[in-house]
Amino acid sequence: MTAISPLAERVVAGELPALARALTLVERRRDGVNELLADLHRRTGGAQVLGVTGPPGSGKSTLVTGLTAEYRARGRTVGVIAVDPSSILTGGAILGDRIRMTGLAGDPGVFIRSIATRGALGGLSRAALDAITVLDAAGKDVIVLETVGVGQAEVDVLAAAQTVAVVSVPGMGDDVQAIKAGLLEIADVHVVNKADRDGAHKTVAELREMLKMTPRTVVGWNVPIRQTTAATGDGVARLADTFDEHRAWLDTSGEGGVRERRNAGTRIRWMAEEFVMRGLRPGAPDFDTAVAAVVGRRTDPAQAARELVRALCP
Amino acid sequence: MDISVEEPIRVMLAKIGLDGHDRGVKVVARVLRDAGMEVIYTGLHRSPEQVLEAAVQEDVDVLGVSLLSGAHMPIFTKLFELIGQLPEAPRFAIVAGGVMPDEDELALREIGVAEILGQDTPPETVADVVRKLGVAAAAR
Ligand code: B12
Ligand SMILES: Nc1nc2c(ncn2[C@@H]2O[C@H](COP(=O)(O)OP(=O)(O)O)[C@@H](O)[C@H]2O)c(=O)[nH]1
Ligand SMILES: [Mg+2]
Repeated sequence: MTAISPLAERVVAGELPALARALTLVERRRDGVNELLADLHRRTGGAQVLGVTGPPGSGKSTLVTGLTAEYRARGRTVGVIAVDPSSILTGGAILGDRIRMTGLAGDPGVFIRSIATRGALGGLSRAALDAITVLDAAGKDVIVLETVGVGQAEVDVLAAAQTVAVVSVPGMGDDVQAIKAGLLEIADVHVVNKADRDGAHKTVAELREMLKMTPRTVVGWNVPIRQTTAATGDGVARLADTFDEHRAWLDTSGEGGVRERRNAGTRIRWMAEEFVMRGLRPGAPDFDTAVAAVVGRRTDPAQAARELVRALCP
Repeated sequence: MDISVEEPIRVMLAKIGLDGHDRGVKVVARVLRDAGMEVIYTGLHRSPEQVLEAAVQEDVDVLGVSLLSGAHMPIFTKLFELIGQLPEAPRFAIVAGGVMPDEDELALREIGVAEILGQDTPPETVADVVRKLGVAAAAR
């Protein structure tokens, strides 16, 4: 294996401060981040990545806590990435998932990181995917991504998970209808949480109806509907089993490979978009020159773009 | 790569021990969010160990501890003792807020508390002080 940077080495060795630091460097896109991620990327692929999504208050954080405790009891280490929305007005955020996860404190086999969506311009997508890379390279057996799943970028991020669970709750009337179409298409497992409440069976029935009407491109996996009471832990072990069954199915059916390739494609495209966004903006020297040349009719937009893109990554 | 001015500062707000006064810390959480910061609140009744573990995992720029119980001296002493035992010194600055008698301020600063913001601190001051410490820590 080729030599890797000292920080990457410490991440791979599972050193907690290094892991925490690396997550900050990738979120803040600091100098050397691409080299760090390059080193880490080669050490990934070992983790089982789960996405947990659903409306605010449906019990995702509570469920993630229960699942994590379950995996720990089964001897597996866990990394949690908990995403909360940033305020559109101020850019600030209150990241509240961690409060629910206090029961996991004191266990070195659990690492929790909160991240804010930071606007819709792909910031989250990259930060969350890179965070998965870091935790995977650090040797976490399971990585759980919690997000409300609003917007295309978040759906794309969820698609990076091997198994996506969409959480709904009973007694919210038409709420089942409100599950975003994009989420329905990527749900591998449906969870009806708060099964201790009245109407859980009705919600399950509604979901079942809706699944019948939803065309799925993937054959061979019947999307299961699991009931949980995350608050007490009821149904959580069964849900963990279901995730493992799905994981096994991904391996045997070949669908896992399909998803991994689709994912790699998405990530390449996002990186390319980032290079373009950084290099082709007012203020970048070659860009301003090209703008002047197009305005002066000395070249045309397409030709200018070709030259700029070629020069982007020497 | 440039550290843009808009890059949000990450702050953890903690309540340690039996202190159940959470009005102030919730006000501060909103003030900091509205000032463009990302705030992770630990919830009530945490232990110093739990708070430190969380702050290290989150790699925050500022750790703010709210104390109105009168137990600030032993709690901060314990917190800094634990920090001294970490394999490497964390980046974050530590701020204290709540009810603390003036005569304890010097002692708190001596053990390492960067700023102490008492009862009647206006929201703008809270935001300014935390931002200043956060910007410095984010560069580390
Ligand atoms: C409201 C209140 C309560 C409420 C709390 C409700 C709640 N959920 O918060 C109730 C009635 C439950 C309560 C109970 C008790 N209270 Co009481 N309470 C108060 C009171 C009157 C106001 C506190 C308050 O909410 N202020 C409003 C908020 C916005 O201000 P703040 O918390 O100070 O926060 C500001 C700053 O301090 C700063 N700040 C605060 N935290 C942080 C953190 C950071 C990082 C930063 C940067 C800034 C910052 O910014 C905020 C905005 O400016 C104070 C008296 C006082 N004047 O402070 C007593 C007071 C705090 N309570 C006191 C006592 C003794 C008690 C009890 C023990 C009474 C009893 N015998 O039962 C219990 C204990 C409960 C418990 N489990 O801890 C004493 C504490 C004495 C001490 N420290 O030595 C005080 C000082 C009253 C007194 N003068 O004796 N209390
Ligand atoms: N009754 C009931 N409440 C639950 C259950 N799971 C979570 N909750 C509660 O629902 C609220 C929101 O939970 P949280 O995990 O923060 O939801 P999130 O916003 O989706 O992450 C909290 O008050 C939880 O205690 C459950 O199974 N049954
Ligand atoms: Mg949550």
